[in-house]
Amino acid sequence: MFKNLMSWIEYRLPFMDKMNLHVIQYPAPKNFNFWYFFGSLAMVVLVNQIITGVWLTMNYEPSAEGAFASVEYIMRDVDYGWLLRYMHSTGASAFFVVVYLHMLRGMMYGSYQKPRELLWVFGMLIFLVLMAEAFMGYLLPWGQMSFWGAQVIIGIFGTIPFIGEDLTLWIRGDYVISGATLNRFFALHVIALPLVLVILVFLHIMALHEVGSNNPDGIDIKKDNDGTVELTEADKKFTFHQYFTRGGKKIIVDAIPFHPYYTVKDLVGLAGFLLIFAWVIFFLPEGGGYFLEPPNFEPANPLKTPDHIAPVWYFTPFYAILRAVPHPFMGAVAMFAAIIALALLPWLDRGKVRSVRYRCGLHRINLIMFCVSFVALGVLGVLPATGLYTLLAQIFSFTYFGFFALLFFYSKNEKTKPLPERVT
Amino acid sequence: MSNAPIDNGRRRFLTIATSVVGGVGAIGVAVPFIASWNPSERAKQAGAAVTADISKLEPGQLIRVEWRGKPVWVVKRTAETLQQLEQTEVNLRDPNSDVPQQPAYAQNRHRSIKPEIFIAVGICTHLGCSPSYLPNDFTEQVEGIISGFFCPCHGSKFDMAGRVFQSLPAQTNLVVPPHMFIDDNTIVIGEDEGVV
Repeated sequence: MFKNLMSWIEYRLPFMDKMNLHVIQYPAPKNFNFWYFFGSLAMVVLVNQIITGVWLTMNYEPSAEGAFASVEYIMRDVDYGWLLRYMHSTGASAFFVVVYLHMLRGMMYGSYQKPRELLWVFGMLIFLVLMAEAFMGYLLPWGQMSFWGAQVIIGIFGTIPFIGEDLTLWIRGDYVISGATLNRFFALHVIALPLVLVILVFLHIMALHEVGSNNPDGIDIKKDNDGTVELTEADKKFTFHQYFTRGGKKIIVDAIPFHPYYTVKDLVGLAGFLLIFAWVIFFLPEGGGYFLEPPNFEPANPLKTPDHIAPVWYFTPFYAILRAVPHPFMGAVAMFAAIIALALLPWLDRGKVRSVRYRCGLHRINLIMFCVSFVALGVLGVLPATGLYTLLAQIFSFTYFGFFALLFFYSKNEKTKPLPERVT
Repeated sequence: MSNAPIDNGRRRFLTIATSVVGGVGAIGVAVPFIASWNPSERAKQAGAAVTADISKLEPGQLIRVEWRGKPVWVVKRTAETLQQLEQTEVNLRDPNSDVPQQPAYAQNRHRSIKPEIFIAVGICTHLGCSPSYLPNDFTEQVEGIISGFFCPCHGSKFDMAGRVFQSLPAQTNLVVPPHMFIDDNTIVIGEDEGVV
C-alpha cells in the first residue's frame, strides 16, 4: 500500500531519485577536512536568519517613529524576544564568519578553477547579496549607528560623477535618510533579498553538484573509464547515482556518499559551531561593540553625528580600502574592485594545479599575505582614519590587490609539485 | 499541421518583432517600479524651499528660518563685520572654503551671494548642536573679533562667514544651503535655479 503510494508519487515527481542524486548517492571525496564544514554551516545560519527574521517581523514596526521603540519592546516585553533578536543580530556576524572561511577554503584548494568558475561566481553573488542584506538590516533598529552608517554607505553612491546626487536621492526617497528609506530597506531586507539569496544558494548547489566537489588535494575523483583505473575495495563498496558516471564513461574513486557520511560529519561541525554560537548569544550578544555598536542603543538623530562612525566588523576590510584612497569616487571604485577581483579569481589564476598543497612556495606566501592584508584592513576599518592608520590602510590595500596581480603572473608558468594519482 | 514549407526568414522576423514589442512593454512596466522610489509628494513638500522676508532685517541682526527640519540663519552683516573677515583668516582651518560645504556661488570670502547677507545652516559641523550668535561679545573667544558663532557644546568657533577656527572639535565650515534672491527683500532657501 505505502509502496504503491510512493511509486505513484515517484512517477509524477521523482523525489527519491533527486534525493539519491543530490544526497544519498552523491559522491563526495573522502578526504574532506574541517574546512568543509563551512558550506553546510552557512546554510544552517541562513535558515536561522530566515526563521528568527520572520519572528522578529511579528513585533517590529518599520517606521521612523516606531522602529527603535519596537526593537526595545521586542528586547524587553516579548517573551524570548531578546533571544530571537540576538540570534538574528549575532547570526548576521556568524554568517560572515562562516562565509569568509568558506571563501578562504575555496581559495586554498583552488575550488574556483576550471570547471568550477560558475560555482565560484554564484558564490560571489551570494556574498554580494549578503552584504546588501546585512547593510539594509542594520538600518532597521533605527539607532544612531544605523542612521549614520547608512548615511556613509549611501554617500558612497553620491560620489559617482554626474548622477551621484540624484542616485542617492532615489535610494533614500527623501532629502535625508527618513522613514521612506527605512520602509523600503525593510521591504528589501525581509522579502526581496532573502528570495534572491535562496535562489542563488539553490543555483550554487546545483552548479556544485554538476561539476562535483573539489577536495583538499584538488584532484579529480571522477576518472575516465579507460581501463587504467584500479578500484580499491573501498571504492567498490558504494553505489553512486548513475548520473555521475555519465553512463559508464566515468569511474568514481575515493568517494563516499554524502549521506550518511558527510551529513554525520557535518553534524559534528554543527555541534561545535552551535556551542560557540550559543555562547556568544548568551554571554557576548553585542560582540564587545562589534556586532551591535554602542551608539545603536540611542535612537537615530539626524542632527547629532556620533563621534566616530565605523561599520560593523564584516564590512571593515572593504571600508578601509574605501578610505585609503584620498579621492572619494576613486575610493568607491577601489572598494568595488576589491570584490570584483575576487569574483574574477578563476580567470586571474592561470594555474592548472588547484590545491595550495601542490603549488609553488610563492603561492603559499602570497595567500598568507592576502589573509594578513584582509585581516589588517578589517582592523584598520574600525579605527579612525588618521595619519599612520591611513598609511597602513594604503599599504595593505596595495598588498590586497597585489595578491591578484602576482597570482596572474606567476600562475602562468608555475613550478608545481607532482600531483598524487589518488586523494591522500 | 499544414505541410507548408518552413519560412525561416518570416519566423525570425516574427520572433524579433515579438521580442522587441515585449521588451518595450517590459521597460514600460519597469518605469512605475523604479519611479516609485523617488521622493513622494509628501517628502517633496516637506523638503521644499522656503521663502523669507528680510526687509525688516537690521544690520547685525540674525533671524532663523526652518528648512528641512533644520535651523537656517539669515544674518545681515555690518560693514565692520565684513572688514573683520579678512583679519580672522590666519586663524581659520579652511579660509578659502575649499571643502565643498557651500554652493559654488558662495565660495568666496563672505561665503554668500551678497556680501552683507549671510545664510548658513545653524548646526555645528562637529556633533550637530546649534552654535550661539555672539554679535558683540565674540572678543572673549577670539581677541579683536567683535562678532562670531560659538558652539556651547564643545567650544567650536566660527567667524561671521561660518568658517571654523583652527584646533577646535569642528573640522569643517558651516554648511551654506542653496539659496537665491527673488528681489532685494525676499530670499528663497533650498533652491538656486538660475543662479550661476
